Amino acid sequence: MGAKRPDRRGFLKNSAALAGGLTFGAAAPALGQEQHGPQMIHEGKDQIAYGDRSRHVTSVRIAHGGRPSPDNWGLTFHIAAPLQDSVGVITPSSLHYIGTTRGSFLPDIDPKEHRLMIHGLVDRPLTFTMDDLKRFPSVTRLHFIECAGNRSSRRAKNVQETHGMTSCAEWTGVLLSTLLKECGLKGSATWFVAEGSEEVKGASSMPVAKAMDDVLVAYGMNGEAVRPQQGFPLRLMVPGFEGIFHTKWLRRIKLVDRYYMNYNDFGHLDRDPKVAALDYQIGPKSVITFPSAGQQLPGKGFYEISGLAWSGGGAIKLVEVSTDGGKRWNKAEIKGTAQRMAHARFGLMWNWDGKETEILSRCTDEIGQVQPSREQIAKYWNKPYDQTFSVPGLDNSIQPWKIAGDGSVTNGFA
Amino acid sequence: MASLRALVLALLMGATALAQQTTFGVGRTPTAEEIRAWDISIGPTGEELPQGKGTVREGAQLYRSKGCAGCHGASAVDGRAPILKSKAPPNADVWARGRILPLRAPHATTVWDYINRAMPLNREGTLHPDEVYSLTAYLLFINDVIKEDEVLDATTLPRVKMPIGEDYARLPEWKPKSPRLKGYPQQQQQ
Repeated sequence: MGAKRPDRRGFLKNSAALAGGLTFGAAAPALGQEQHGPQMIHEGKDQIAYGDRSRHVTSVRIAHGGRPSPDNWGLTFHIAAPLQDSVGVITPSSLHYIGTTRGSFLPDIDPKEHRLMIHGLVDRPLTFTMDDLKRFPSVTRLHFIECAGNRSSRRAKNVQETHGMTSCAEWTGVLLSTLLKECGLKGSATWFVAEGSEEVKGASSMPVAKAMDDVLVAYGMNGEAVRPQQGFPLRLMVPGFEGIFHTKWLRRIKLVDRYYMNYNDFGHLDRDPKVAALDYQIGPKSVITFPSAGQQLPGKGFYEISGLAWSGGGAIKLVEVSTDGGKRWNKAEIKGTAQRMAHARFGLMWNWDGKETEILSRCTDEIGQVQPSREQIAKYWNKPYDQTFSVPGLDNSIQPWKIAGDGSVTNGFA
Repeated sequence: MASLRALVLALLMGATALAQQTTFGVGRTPTAEEIRAWDISIGPTGEELPQGKGTVREGAQLYRSKGCAGCHGASAVDGRAPILKSKAPPNADVWARGRILPLRAPHATTVWDYINRAMPLNREGTLHPDEVYSLTAYLLFINDVIKEDEVLDATTLPRVKMPIGEDYARLPEWKPKSPRLKGYPQQQQQ
């Protein structure tokens, strides 16, 4: 190691000189300073075992909704991801949003002891160890999760408060359909109940059609084991369904012939079938993360407007951005290939003229669903659109950001 | 090119053969006891309900002795935890009487399931079946769902007629690539 250091130093010195030559031209004092190179991060044990980010990067999660998490009961634990600082489509595991079925207490599960049992309307009930599950053909997919409570409000001061209860990660595991084939799914099975192993054994009913389509029993997240806050060692991924269905600490799946109306299901109880439908699969949704409320543009000129779009209906097909309050819409560039039920990163180059304006984004998914404005939603329900209007079901409405002449950005709903 | 195509074809056929394979033979068959011990999801028919029974009277005592009153209040409307009894008049529309589990739940089995898996706070899973039957009976009684002398067990609990009746939404039949709600609020022509 010791022999390598001078080489690395030399490389840094040379590249600094090169950068100086290209960027600063004849600015000799700057070049002189550069020759010393940046200070080194002290290499300790932690730097070897598990890497840290730079101390200059300070982006962190916050408690959602302006309430403490955990609250004084230890029940509420809703934590929002810092979307304003996000780049690309993957949320780092440490910054992934959290919503718990109940309770902030994480079960400390020994993966060697953990079991998944599948039973009910199957020919062969089976119990799997974690090692068993890893013997099945695996899939790796990008998927977002979004909490039902992820809705913007007048009070929200930044995109973390308006939209931070969603994140996107790369998930690895075995398809539930593979496991159900292993167990021999009976024709009479129309629903399944998924249950966690935490204190309340949180349970939700879901349709077997979804299980056979794309539900994933995930043990991997962003290249390592699923984090405890995300359900270590095993969680259910139900792509595009409301967050609460993504059962953490998964230990049991029971195949049944009707909706079971268990623990989490009661929370979904609605009177109006339309509202029930809107509380189930997530609609097409997008938000501009830069520039977004709380940020500041230093002056007129070129910026890349950047944001995220996602839908429970499939892949994002189109993202449009308006820089004049919704009068004209411009097709944004989707970065890379949009994946099914995953965040898609979009961008649009914008030459800001320094005048006050409002910027918005809207998306369309592969099945043709279009993200609506709150005004359109109010019209659908035959309600007046004013400050008292609350979007029924999961809110996927367009988020406006106001840009003032001084470059400050604020919430357009405020 | 031809050989590459043949290779791709061979690989595809191999994958197809694998997909058609019925099982991988991985996993262990749980015993009937193991299934029973974990099978705590109580569906509307009540087929998973354990032996045991409970009464309103015992439930009223347990409501105090198990600490329910400490969080939900002695009269079930005056605690820090969600209220368990409606403050609205008994004959009002059930949807106008608050989100109260032992009143609004479409099945009495849901109340049993909820108490059994989630209560008491921090001592979840410690109640015996008789105690869960009794607490369920007490909460249904204070909401005028059952009479004071009714005994709840695996047979009578699923038969309790809940005031909501059929007045609640069923989820739409889910199919891949279907919109969350047709025409909401606008949809592009495909």
